[in-house]
Amino acid sequence: MKTLVIVDHNNNKLEKSTLNTIKAALKLGNVDLLVLSNNCKDICNELINVKNINNIFINENDVFKNQLAEDVADFIYENFKDYSNILFSNTSNGKNVAPRLAGLLDTMIIPDVIEIVDKQTFRRPIYAGNAIATCKSKNTINIITIRTTAFVETEIGNETVGIIKEIGNLTVNNLSKYLDSELTKSERPELTSADIVVSGGRGLGSAENFQILEKLADKLGAAMGASRAAVDAGYVPNDWQVGQTGKIVAPNLYIAVGISGAIQHLAGMKDSKVIIGINKDEEAPIFSISDYGLAEDLFKAVPEMESKIN
Amino acid sequence: MKILVPVKRVVDYNVKVRVKKDETDVELDNVKMSMNPFDEIAVEEALRLKEKGIASEIIAVSIGLPEVQETIRNALAMGADSGIFINCTSRLEPLSVAKILTSICNKIKPDLVIMGKQAIDDDMNATGQMLSAMLNWGQATFASKLEIQDKKIKVGREIDGGIENIEVILPAIVTTDLRLNEPRYASLPNIMKAKRKPIDEIKIEDLNIDTEPRLEILKVEEPKSREAGIMVKSVDEMIEKLKNEAKVI
Repeated sequence: MKTLVIVDHNNNKLEKSTLNTIKAALKLGNVDLLVLSNNCKDICNELINVKNINNIFINENDVFKNQLAEDVADFIYENFKDYSNILFSNTSNGKNVAPRLAGLLDTMIIPDVIEIVDKQTFRRPIYAGNAIATCKSKNTINIITIRTTAFVETEIGNETVGIIKEIGNLTVNNLSKYLDSELTKSERPELTSADIVVSGGRGLGSAENFQILEKLADKLGAAMGASRAAVDAGYVPNDWQVGQTGKIVAPNLYIAVGISGAIQHLAGMKDSKVIIGINKDEEAPIFSISDYGLAEDLFKAVPEMESKIN
Repeated sequence: MKILVPVKRVVDYNVKVRVKKDETDVELDNVKMSMNPFDEIAVEEALRLKEKGIASEIIAVSIGLPEVQETIRNALAMGADSGIFINCTSRLEPLSVAKILTSICNKIKPDLVIMGKQAIDDDMNATGQMLSAMLNWGQATFASKLEIQDKKIKVGREIDGGIENIEVILPAIVTTDLRLNEPRYASLPNIMKAKRKPIDEIKIEDLNIDTEPRLEILKVEEPKSREAGIMVKSVDEMIEKLKNEAKVI
């Protein structure tokens, strides 16, 4: 079965989650990769040693610099209709483009896949992960987005495996235009892909008090998150929000501080590998899903933790 | 300018959903239902465009059992002008919903469709993009800022790591993210007024659309529950566990 993985990148570097998506794709068939960028060379250099890949298709064009959904979806539609599976990572990019492609192909997208049971059967979370649905596809072509935290990275060897081929007819869309971006200038890793997340809740009490968490986060090289309660109270910006209506994260370590553990919040972080809760209320629901809980005043515990971690 | 806002009736976001014993679905009997939160944001944004004098008419559309008319009434109580109720008893996937909405758009010719980026029940995040593809309109997903300029719409989009600003020619599809606005509550007088606003009913059969699901749901299960953890007594013990047992720092 011909399977294509759309490579996610920022035109200079490979988005690492692509490696997890390739791992998932290898369960479905012979894997080709597609790189659409204004600068394919550097990205291809990172992919050339990926094991078990057949071809790396590229189309290098300024049109693809900003990955507009109209351009990318049209290009894949025009050139890869004969594939059985087309996979994207569930990054903001994949989530933008994949359903549009599925719409063009008149196929039902299979989003946010966490497990491939067999070539037509997939498991995916619904209700923000409070239930897991197993679905059998009747599509003739499957457009899939992969929840990359559910798969490991594929192996990279020393030999050159993939063959690079220029491909494609290009049509430029006249529906949308990229203007500019305002990327968060933070030394911290991005919330949804960070290894460690330090998250604060209403228990912090004020915006200023979040600084003690930020110190801990910086010591650990962690991203900052927050509960909806903390966002609603105006302590932190909304893009820090972890939960059903915010971001879904699954880091190696999630540190929940002053967070009671509302369902809303748990839905966004309960797939983290290790969860620790710090809350002075020993009855707080957060402890029921924490691997390690500490019932102590956060204003004492967090600075102590920060000073003792090296 | 005419704006179409699709709204979906879903399990209220405060409800802890439970999987049915027979594992065919989640329990929906006697569960509080509400408008999908992202759709509320979409209605609110349409209302703000009307209050600024940019939009002239807001139409809310919902598809499903007769109960979805309550969700349309909510949108009307918030301030939408009229509703379209598509009467359909079978389970629909985003692909079918997008086809139905395509047919509605071809009929009423909106200048803009604003809709939630995803519904909090099936978490598909697909209908808006699929609708854009079918209509061959531009799309601006995950909007956190929106500005109409002449025949174009400028949208700030939430992307991993920041905001991306794009410009899309109208007519277009916008899908809403959380930060776009804070939806209003319907006031009592407006709830009363909404009862007199018109809702057109369309039978799904009359649209002649293939709505057969492409994904068969074999099973709906509880996620693996986490093993109950332990309480530690001190920060020292916590750090020791993280280092030597969990090996995460």
